Amino acid sequence: MRTVGYLAIGILFGITMFKSEAASWFRIYEMFRFESFHMYGIIGSALVIGVLMVQLIERFNIKSFYGEEINFPPKAKSVARYAIGGLIFGLGWGLAGACPGPIFTLIGAGFLPILVVLVAAMLGTFLYGMLRDRLPH
Amino acid sequence: MSSNLRTLCTICGAGGASDFFKFDWKTQKWNLVVVMGAIIGGFIGANFLAIDTIVAINPDTVANLNSLGFSSAGQAYMPTELFDNAAFTDFKSLVILAIGGLLVGFGARYAGGCTSGHAISGLSNLQLPSLIAVIGFFAGGLAMVHFIFTLLF
Repeated sequence: MRTVGYLAIGILFGITMFKSEAASWFRIYEMFRFESFHMYGIIGSALVIGVLMVQLIERFNIKSFYGEEINFPPKAKSVARYAIGGLIFGLGWGLAGACPGPIFTLIGAGFLPILVVLVAAMLGTFLYGMLRDRLPH
Repeated sequence: MSSNLRTLCTICGAGGASDFFKFDWKTQKWNLVVVMGAIIGGFIGANFLAIDTIVAINPDTVANLNSLGFSSAGQAYMPTELFDNAAFTDFKSLVILAIGGLLVGFGARYAGGCTSGHAISGLSNLQLPSLIAVIGFFAGGLAMVHFIFTLLF
């Protein structure tokens, strides 16, 4: 039953990514050139709803569908890992025009060369795992 | 979303190479189900919910992309130069896609999250680390599009 729920959320996410054009390489390029409000509207409205939901969940101690506590564990404090890692991610985001979510959506939409991006992203993740102990965190 | 890349590495046997990949991937099954959904959603969106999928970007962006050699700007969902099946046999396209993916995968794990984890979830929870990461995302994207693109294309 839970699996059905997760699948439904994924499908909704995928449709939203595709139909909102957030999965389009062109929209990402346009965003980084500040030539349209489009992507800022998508991220911004998701953020407004997100902030509101987190506040409501914490204020009223709202439980999950299954009656479980919803926790928001704070992320580890650091500057280096977020700044450097973020910069590297951004370079890739600008070049491939896709972040991890849309990578999956684009596979379904039939843009098969995105598989090259997916395999390379897995390789990048693997590389991070190998170098992790030698990187500043 | 990006943590699924780590899970996929573990499923492929990366646990033998680094402790970072030594975990029970079955605990992440729910997240892989969401990914399955995201793929199906992309299929549904492209095949059943679209009359035409042309992305109407700003004419200034189109002109800029045309000058860089992207003739499909304003006429397609994705640049055909990179995402048509012909890209599989074009060396430059393959290199661009591979380097882009490599940076996305490496950077997302180093930063501990991607657009969904930091820009949406992390910022929703007003986390300072996520703000630093998102500033990094944008700094990287701006550098790529405004400086490195003119060298690449």
